[in-house]
Amino acid sequence: MTIQFNDETFRDDYSFHNSDRALKRFPFPFHEDSYMYSVNMEQHQGGPSDSIYEKRFDVDEHYVSEMRDRAIVLADDPLRCQSLPHMTLAGWDLLELIMVSKSEDYPDLFELHRDGDQWRWVNKPMGIDDSFTFLDEATLPYGPMEYITRQTQGDFAVLDQRDDNLWMDAGMITTQADWSLDFDIGMNFFEWHAPVPLAHEKGIFVRALKFLLNIQQGAPARRLNWTLTVNPLLDTSPENYHKWGIQKTSMTPETVGAKQHLRVELQTFFRLPRSNALVFPIRCYLCSFQDLTKTPKWARRLHRVIRDLPDELATYKGFIDNRPMMLDYLSQFDDGLPTSLGIWPDLDTEPPLQKG
Amino acid sequence: MSKFAFPPSMTSRPVYGRLEPRAGSAHLMIADAEGAEAILDVATPDMMAKAHIIYIPKGTDFGDRLRALSPAQYYEGPSYAAAEQRIAKAFDDAKMGLQVYLSGTEGVIGQAQHAAMQAGVPHTAIQTEHRGSTARRMQCVHCKGITEDVETDPFQCSHCGLHLFVRDHYSRRLAAFQGVNIDAEDPGNVPEAKGIYE
Repeated sequence: MTIQFNDETFRDDYSFHNSDRALKRFPFPFHEDSYMYSVNMEQHQGGPSDSIYEKRFDVDEHYVSEMRDRAIVLADDPLRCQSLPHMTLAGWDLLELIMVSKSEDYPDLFELHRDGDQWRWVNKPMGIDDSFTFLDEATLPYGPMEYITRQTQGDFAVLDQRDDNLWMDAGMITTQADWSLDFDIGMNFFEWHAPVPLAHEKGIFVRALKFLLNIQQGAPARRLNWTLTVNPLLDTSPENYHKWGIQKTSMTPETVGAKQHLRVELQTFFRLPRSNALVFPIRCYLCSFQDLTKTPKWARRLHRVIRDLPDELATYKGFIDNRPMMLDYLSQFDDGLPTSLGIWPDLDTEPPLQKG
Repeated sequence: MSKFAFPPSMTSRPVYGRLEPRAGSAHLMIADAEGAEAILDVATPDMMAKAHIIYIPKGTDFGDRLRALSPAQYYEGPSYAAAEQRIAKAFDDAKMGLQVYLSGTEGVIGQAQHAAMQAGVPHTAIQTEHRGSTARRMQCVHCKGITEDVETDPFQCSHCGLHLFVRDHYSRRLAAFQGVNIDAEDPGNVPEAKGIYE
C-alpha cells in the first residue's frame, strides 16, 4: 500500500502522531501479562502482511520526519555517528544490504540500478537521486554507513567480530535509550551492556552473545525490547539528558495518557558478507498510553506488566517515580479479564473493555 | 598502606592485578604517586638493566628510591600530559618482547594502557596494579570535558558546571569513567558529595 508520510516533530511541539494503521501494526512487546529479560530471539524472515516484521527494513509513515530529526541531531552533535577506521568495509556491506532490501521490498519508493561498480540510488520519499562508485568513498557525500543510515529509520550499531566477541566499532545512534556511542565505541559485548542490572547474573548476555556470534548470512534474527519515554522524544541520549530529563516530571494525571509513551525497539541482526561484521539495527516505535489502551488486550496487559515489574527494572528504565501515576491511569481500563497469549492485538477475539 | 580492594562492580570497570617480574627484551614501567611502591616491589637488577621508568610523583617522594634501582632510563615529570610524548616515543621505538608495567592511580594506568594498545602491544604483555588514591579520571557525558583525579561523588563538572553522578561505567578508549547529570529530573536536588568509596 502507498504510505502517506507524516509531517511531524519529535521535539519542541511534539506533533508526532500514529494513524489508525500505525496503531494496528504497533509492535506491542509483551507476549504475556508479565515481563522479565529473556533472549527472545526469532528468525527475521518476514511476518504477517503489513506487520512491522514483514520487510527487512520497515518503512512507515514516520520515515521522512524521523530522518529530518536525525539530521538535526547530527548537525548538533556529529559524534552520534562514528566508525573506527577498520569498519569502512562493513559500512559498504550495510549500504548494499539496505539498498538491495529497500529497492526489492518497496519498489515504488526506492530504486537501485547497478552496472558493475557504478551504482545509482533513488530515494523518492527523501528526493535523493545519487550515482556513485561502489567501494569508493570519495564518490559519496558521507562515509557509506553514514550515507545510508541518514536515509534509514532506526539506530545502527555495526559490530566487529573477533576473539569470540562482538565489538561496538561503528554506529549511527541518534534515537538511543540513554546510552552513548561516543563513550561506548570500541567496547565489547559485555562492556557496553555493563550498566544493565540483573541480566548479567541471569546469564542473558553470555547466551545472547553465543547466539549472535553464530548468525549466518541470509539468516537474520530479531527481538523486541522496550522502555518508557515521556513525550515522543527520539533523542533520549545521555548527552542531552540534562535537557530532556526534566520532561519526566512534567506529567499530571490529566496528561499522562497523552504524554507517556511506550518505546519499543525492534532489534534485528544481519551478518554482513565481506567484513563478517554484524549489523544491529535498533528501530524505535513510539505509542502513547492513550492510544495503546484503544486495543483491549493491550490495555489490560500493559497495566499488569507495569504494575508487576521488579523495582530494579523500573529504576533502570527510568520510570519508577512516575509508576504510581501511570498505574492510576492504566488501572481504569483493566477489567481483570484474562488475555490471549502472544503480542498480537487479537481484535476479533478479545472482548471489549468492561470498564474505562 | 597503598593497596585498596575495589568492591565487585560492572563488567566495563577495569580490574587490576599485582605486578610480577617477567622475562622480556625490555621493560617499560609507567607509574604515578604510590605506584612507585609496586615498581620497588617487583624490581630486580636484571630487569632494571633493561628498564625504562617513567614516573609522575604527584607530590610523593619515591623518586630517590626509584633512581636508586639504577634503571637504564629514568624520567620524572609533573603530569601524565607532560610525559605523554615521551611515552608515545617509547612505544613507537618498542621491539618485540617488550613488557609493560603500569601502576598507581586509575587515570595514569588507563591512559598508558590505551597508549600501549594503540601502539599494538599485546594485552598479554601489559600488567597493571592499582596503588594509592582511588580518584578517577572522568568524562562528563554532556560537555565531553575530562577531569582528572575526581575524588567525590557527586562531582561538579570542572568544565560545564553540571552536577554529575560518577558512574562505574568505564571506557578504555577514553580511559575515563562516565559522569552523568544527577539532578536533571529535580534541579538543585544534589546529594552531599562523599568520597567515591566512602
